[in-house]
Amino acid sequence: MSVSRVLLGILAEGPAHGYDIKQAHDRHFPGAKPMAYGQVYAALAKLEQEDLVEVIERGREAGPDRMTYAITEAGREALVGWLSATEPAGPYSADDLVRKTVTALRLGRDAVGFLAAQRQVHLASLKRLLALQASTDDVAARIVIDHAVEHLDADLRWLETAAARVGSTTDDRKTRA
Amino acid sequence: MTVLLKAHSVRKSFVRTEALRGVSVEIAAGESVAITGPSGSGKSTLMLCLAGILRPEAGEVYYDEQRLDRLGEAERTRLRRREMGIVLQFGQLVPELTAVQNVALPLLLQRHDRTSARRAALSWLERLGADDLADQVPAELSGGQAQRVAVARALVTGPKVVFADEPTGSLDTVAGESVLGELLSAVRDTGATLVMVTHENRVAATADREIVLRDGSVEGVGVVS
Repeated sequence: MSVSRVLLGILAEGPAHGYDIKQAHDRHFPGAKPMAYGQVYAALAKLEQEDLVEVIERGREAGPDRMTYAITEAGREALVGWLSATEPAGPYSADDLVRKTVTALRLGRDAVGFLAAQRQVHLASLKRLLALQASTDDVAARIVIDHAVEHLDADLRWLETAAARVGSTTDDRKTRA
Repeated sequence: MTVLLKAHSVRKSFVRTEALRGVSVEIAAGESVAITGPSGSGKSTLMLCLAGILRPEAGEVYYDEQRLDRLGEAERTRLRRREMGIVLQFGQLVPELTAVQNVALPLLLQRHDRTSARRAALSWLERLGADDLADQVPAELSGGQAQRVAVARALVTGPKVVFADEPTGSLDTVAGESVLGELLSAVRDTGATLVMVTHENRVAATADREIVLRDGSVEGVGVVS
């Protein structure tokens, strides 16, 4: 859903080829996973079915990357509606980081060692993102990177809290023993 | 690798707490290191020992191969003024002095003449985009502006090592990012060593290396690459 609305947003700036839409998407979201071509064309086909975009020009060669897409009036309305609607806040599914830590703890394995090693992986990723952010003056791009940075930061704070909780439980056990 | 700072089995206690319980670390010339860890883990105490501001009860502290903990108070102060720059969380500017006078102060303490000290101070303020604040007193500055002035004051003497204790701790994300960026680029350009104490991951991630403390001991050392 939101991917197709982002594509509508790109087309709201003017008609474009499928290829250019994908490039614009990846440019708008630096530091995020690039969009697959297949995903772009599937979203465009669906938008076309819903009359939110239309093909205004077909190239001589076959293939969706030769077609020029434009947003329709209905597409503009759908875009405006999406932009003003709030997004649900969670619930988030437990990601692999949480699953692994909890499984390790349940089995009585060394979760602290894993948490410390994971911190370095997260810090390195944070470092790359901050360097990427420092290299651009584009406010929108910096905001996209902020989102990734804040998520990594939240993960890092979770890693610290988890390590502290595991550590204090271990200390308690030592004291009691 | 030339080791610039070294702590060996350093112990330091305050009235009821043992802040450092035998900490050993080495910091190379030109590297940037983040000292991290939970509140009360001994981060600031370690930094203050490395800077020769606190004297450990046991263990050794070396600066450029000399035993810092064996020097007297006056000698340590002289060495610090000459070779070290320090940035604290809330700037700690002298409230009665203007921004430019604050920045010029370390040079005046080293007996530079007033004109050249003021010129150097203004040039650092300009470099940090704070030259328009030169004649304002700290009370008139925002947190971010005060930190820029504090960074200029730490760098004006051309120190070999800059210590920063929570340099962005009192600032919001955007102001903190800007002050940190200025600090890092100034340190990089002068080739100084940087030792930062921080609980902020954004700050730790900019360092070459992280030293993690927990309960007064080194829990781990990581390379942030």
